[in-house]
Amino acid sequence: METVRKLIQTFFTFLTNGYVLFPWTKNIYQGSFKIVCSPGLNCYSCPASITYCPLGSIQQLLLGIRFSFETGSYFFGSYVFGTIGIIGSLTGRLTCGWLCPFGLLQELLYKIPSWRKFRTAKPLRYIKYFMLVFLVIVFPLVLTDQWGMGKPWFCKFVCPAGTLEAGFPMLALQPDLRATVGLLFYNKLFWLFLFLIWSVFSCRFFCKTACPLGAFYGLFNKISFLQLHLNEENCTDCGACFQVCPMEIQFNKNVNSPECILCMRCLHEGCKFDAISLRGAGLPLSPISSKKYIRK
Amino acid sequence: MLKKNKQIFYRFIPLTIFLILFMIGIAVNEPQRVLEQAWNICLDCIGIG
Repeated sequence: METVRKLIQTFFTFLTNGYVLFPWTKNIYQGSFKIVCSPGLNCYSCPASITYCPLGSIQQLLLGIRFSFETGSYFFGSYVFGTIGIIGSLTGRLTCGWLCPFGLLQELLYKIPSWRKFRTAKPLRYIKYFMLVFLVIVFPLVLTDQWGMGKPWFCKFVCPAGTLEAGFPMLALQPDLRATVGLLFYNKLFWLFLFLIWSVFSCRFFCKTACPLGAFYGLFNKISFLQLHLNEENCTDCGACFQVCPMEIQFNKNVNSPECILCMRCLHEGCKFDAISLRGAGLPLSPISSKKYIRK
Repeated sequence: MLKKNKQIFYRFIPLTIFLILFMIGIAVNEPQRVLEQAWNICLDCIGIG
């Protein structure tokens, strides 16, 4: 199952970054596919990207909301919020586990052998909610310049996917841009390397601590149509689900936690007692065993 | 059974809300604005804006 998941992640990475003509055009894709939302974190200024990034779009719409209202067009991000809200309502954080290119990269980096692997401290996991509320919504909306325009705070100061997917390729493709590289770029380089290097030691470090998109999707985990279900009668509290979970969740102690990316490793690799099953709108999607197991 | 039906019903609430938001977005022609933004290179995303 893990191989299938990796294949789907890889396929989706190439699907959302399918513009192969960029080395010749030396520019980003400007076709009509860009009206489609990339469910995972995938910068729309990546020259290969054929979809739009929901986080980037939300910030761009919110920072120009005054101008938009003054001109009589009421763009406040409803199309983008609506799109990712529908995805979240249906599948929770499944996107993070199965479709996100940056998530795939972090998982591959975690496979690099290191002298020690670390768990992520719980308080650090709240940073992503700060990113979502303040850097993606409040700051672009409220902190404006003399012309009433805000800044895309998350993209501008943090987003490592933007630096990796758009920064390096665009600087390589358009030499004129290199003259404008300054402190801001080095700040973003710092965050990119911090998240990438730390991903070798802690699985999906950026997803756990700083991804606003993951934070948003995670809010739906307890109410989404697609969910993992715990059969308490079969659970022996052995902790096998915790051992295999890339997000460090003990499933039976925290069912459908906002951290869960629905990678289903607990279901297929962890639990030997059929205590975990997949459900769609409350109906079983994976076979449930009628065996009963004795608790430890 | 009633509890199960209630749980399924509650799942429709956020879905309906976001579906309405999505429709509002289309009604005010927001996709066109999103498209225009996505066609331009975001210098902020690159880190030089």
